[in-house]
Amino acid sequence: MKDLSTYAKITWCPGCGNFAILNSIKPVLSALTEEGFPLENVVLVSGIGCHAKIVDYINVNSFYSIHGRVVPVATGIKLANPDLKVIGFAGDGDAYGEGLDHLIFAAKRNIDITMIVHNNRVYGLTTGQYTPTSPLGFKGRSTPKGSIELPLNPLELMLASGATFIARGYSHGIELLKRIFREAITHKGFSFVDVLQVCVTFFDMYEYYNKKVYELRDTDPENYDEALRKIREWDYNSDASIALGIFYRKEVPTFQDRFLEYEREVRDRDSKIREVLERAI
Amino acid sequence: MDDFSLLIGGKAGDGIDRAGLIIARILNQLGYRLYIYRDYPSIIRGGHTFSIIRASKNKIRTHSDKVDFILALNQDTIDLHRQRLKPNSTIIYDSNIVKLEGPSLGIQSFGLPLEKIVKEENGLPVMRNSCIIGGFSKATGLEWDILERVFKNNISKGIDLNLKIARRGYDEAKEFFKIGPLPNRSLPVVTGNEAIGLGLIKGGLRAYIAYPMTPSSSLLHFLADTAKDFSLRVIHPENEIAVILMALGFSYAGERVAVGTSGGGFCLMTEGLSLAGMAELPIVIVVGQRPGPSTGMPTHTAQSDLHFVLNAGQGEFPRFVVSPGDAEEAYFWSCVALNVSWKYQMPSIILADKSLCEGTYSFDVDSLEELKEENPILWDKKGTYKRYLDTETGVSPLIFPRDKEAVIKVDSYAHDEFGITTEDAEKTRNMQDKRLRKGRYLTKELERYETVKIYGNKGSSLALVSWGSNKGVCIEAAENLGLRVIQPVVLSPFPTREFQKSLNGVPKIVCVENNSTGQLATLISRYGFSVDEKILKYDGRPFSLDELEERIKEVVKRL
Repeated sequence: MKDLSTYAKITWCPGCGNFAILNSIKPVLSALTEEGFPLENVVLVSGIGCHAKIVDYINVNSFYSIHGRVVPVATGIKLANPDLKVIGFAGDGDAYGEGLDHLIFAAKRNIDITMIVHNNRVYGLTTGQYTPTSPLGFKGRSTPKGSIELPLNPLELMLASGATFIARGYSHGIELLKRIFREAITHKGFSFVDVLQVCVTFFDMYEYYNKKVYELRDTDPENYDEALRKIREWDYNSDASIALGIFYRKEVPTFQDRFLEYEREVRDRDSKIREVLERAI
Repeated sequence: MDDFSLLIGGKAGDGIDRAGLIIARILNQLGYRLYIYRDYPSIIRGGHTFSIIRASKNKIRTHSDKVDFILALNQDTIDLHRQRLKPNSTIIYDSNIVKLEGPSLGIQSFGLPLEKIVKEENGLPVMRNSCIIGGFSKATGLEWDILERVFKNNISKGIDLNLKIARRGYDEAKEFFKIGPLPNRSLPVVTGNEAIGLGLIKGGLRAYIAYPMTPSSSLLHFLADTAKDFSLRVIHPENEIAVILMALGFSYAGERVAVGTSGGGFCLMTEGLSLAGMAELPIVIVVGQRPGPSTGMPTHTAQSDLHFVLNAGQGEFPRFVVSPGDAEEAYFWSCVALNVSWKYQMPSIILADKSLCEGTYSFDVDSLEELKEENPILWDKKGTYKRYLDTETGVSPLIFPRDKEAVIKVDSYAHDEFGITTEDAEKTRNMQDKRLRKGRYLTKELERYETVKIYGNKGSSLALVSWGSNKGVCIEAAENLGLRVIQPVVLSPFPTREFQKSLNGVPKIVCVENNSTGQLATLISRYGFSVDEKILKYDGRPFSLDELEERIKEVVKRL
């Protein structure tokens, strides 16, 4: 298998859930390459936060962007060159806080990119504040008496916004994560994966999650109502079972499919400029 | 008549803008050079809106306050603009709606029952325009064929009915005098935004991304309309943050891209601008200024964002800022801006304003020197690709995704030559030096262009220094008063040497600007040039020729 590492030193904390995502995405990319998908067609995009370092650790084309803006960068790259496979990585502060509007629009457009959200439900790199998915009462450094907001359920939001692939993974359980990533990357349309990625330093949920998670089986991912029911089973706040796997999947035309066909090369640009000017006389 | 002006006014929704353009194109058939000033409120229906169409035998870029004709579709047009009339001006008005009262000695006027005619012909209310244009054409002795030809070229819906209604106006009016043809060839009549759009296309534009905002929206509309001809991808995303970040995605993928906005949208773009500076991604940003702060007056003009665009974005990085002053410069420098962005991998800002964006000009593309799309420096495929290779000029060779031999990594963090994040002190310093070096090489390259322009009386001891759309009004005022005009077109990197040369023999400088603090005056003072007087206007309206001449005369008295 091709080694996709770079010389960059990995600086995540020992036990960080980001390792699971790194160690899942690399074999998925390698496997796709071995099956004939050209690696040079892959572009990774990240935001800012612990998650974002992932692009420094993988020797593939990448755009290390800014906080909250993974989606528009990934969208631009895909629209500029539809042959590229664009995979975005974002944190929960990144995707659900700073850049939530973009995420909703990506789902609405069904742009053919993949978004993997490293959802540790806490700001790590800024040393422990509550995020849009932290539970009510979360004691962070900006909410020392406990957060007074309910978290949002990103899967429900994505379903309502038109995402055509919705899944949840967990940083404990690499085999499932690999299967989900592979399916997400090969899905045609906007694919969204929320990964419960544990931050061992600021919000260690391993013990809790280990007791609550189960893998979705025998559900029909093409059934919207069933997907919604399963997505609502856990609201990121209450004590409930947490399903992992693919909740929803549907093939519909993508933004790119509806975009007008354009020639790569413009012929007679100068004479066409002249024509426009002639019409203005 | 060598030089005359016409004002057409009505309510928003009366189609004044379109009517003004059609009148201009009719006069264009006779060889006149044209300029249209549009004045309209930020509402969709109602209010008062007018256009002043000025026609001259010479090239013009400004309007005058006094007019020779008023075409009134409503009472406001008479009541609000009465003071613009000259002793021998002519008023044509809708006699079903407008009442002419009060002193109008020596002023010729005639009413046409526009409302009645349109009703009789089962036309739409907006077709009163066509009727009054018919009346105007007859009154000024224009041949019907000219009107018919221009209507056919400019009206796509209901052309037959429009012509029928125009003919009624033509037949009911009588000839007052003749506007004769001039020995000039007719030129395209375009807005500043259209010239910017065509210049970008000339420079190889592949995508345009924008969120609507006056006065840049009409650039979005123009490019969306012409997208098919030029294989352009035109996208209108959720907000200006998405606009610039999507554009940087295009840029990373190797596609020439531009975005357009005004001050408020540019505020949202500044994080993306700074990213472009750090990641060294080519991008062209068109900023059409309007009065601020905040929402200000959306449909009016200002030049109050010069320091904003020069300094926007965290950190220090070179940028190219150019402020064209008319349609030819808008076309020329938009093409150059794309080339500069791609050669130097840095953001370019085309700083326009409402007067330029929505002003309409006779446009002579053949008066410009040859332009072409210039290629960026590309990787020679030797060794391992380094996206941020440190070179003598600071410019690292480019290659784009889907290249088998290259891994292309761009980064918003401080990074090494491969584009991997670093906090190493030496690498950080070297990369900052590399980015700044590009600015110095750009300064050198810009010597091939006329970055500072000089007009008027070159022997004058007093120079008007202006930028952007004020160029036109300054040139004409200076010609009438025997002064010199200096127009720095490039504002970053500031062409210090060229500017110094342009001042040769001029002891006195007067800055003319559409802002309240004298932003260009402040800028040039940083380079050691002191300004003696400032003529400032900040009520949202551009200087008219008459007004500027008066203001200059006052200032000259004091100097």
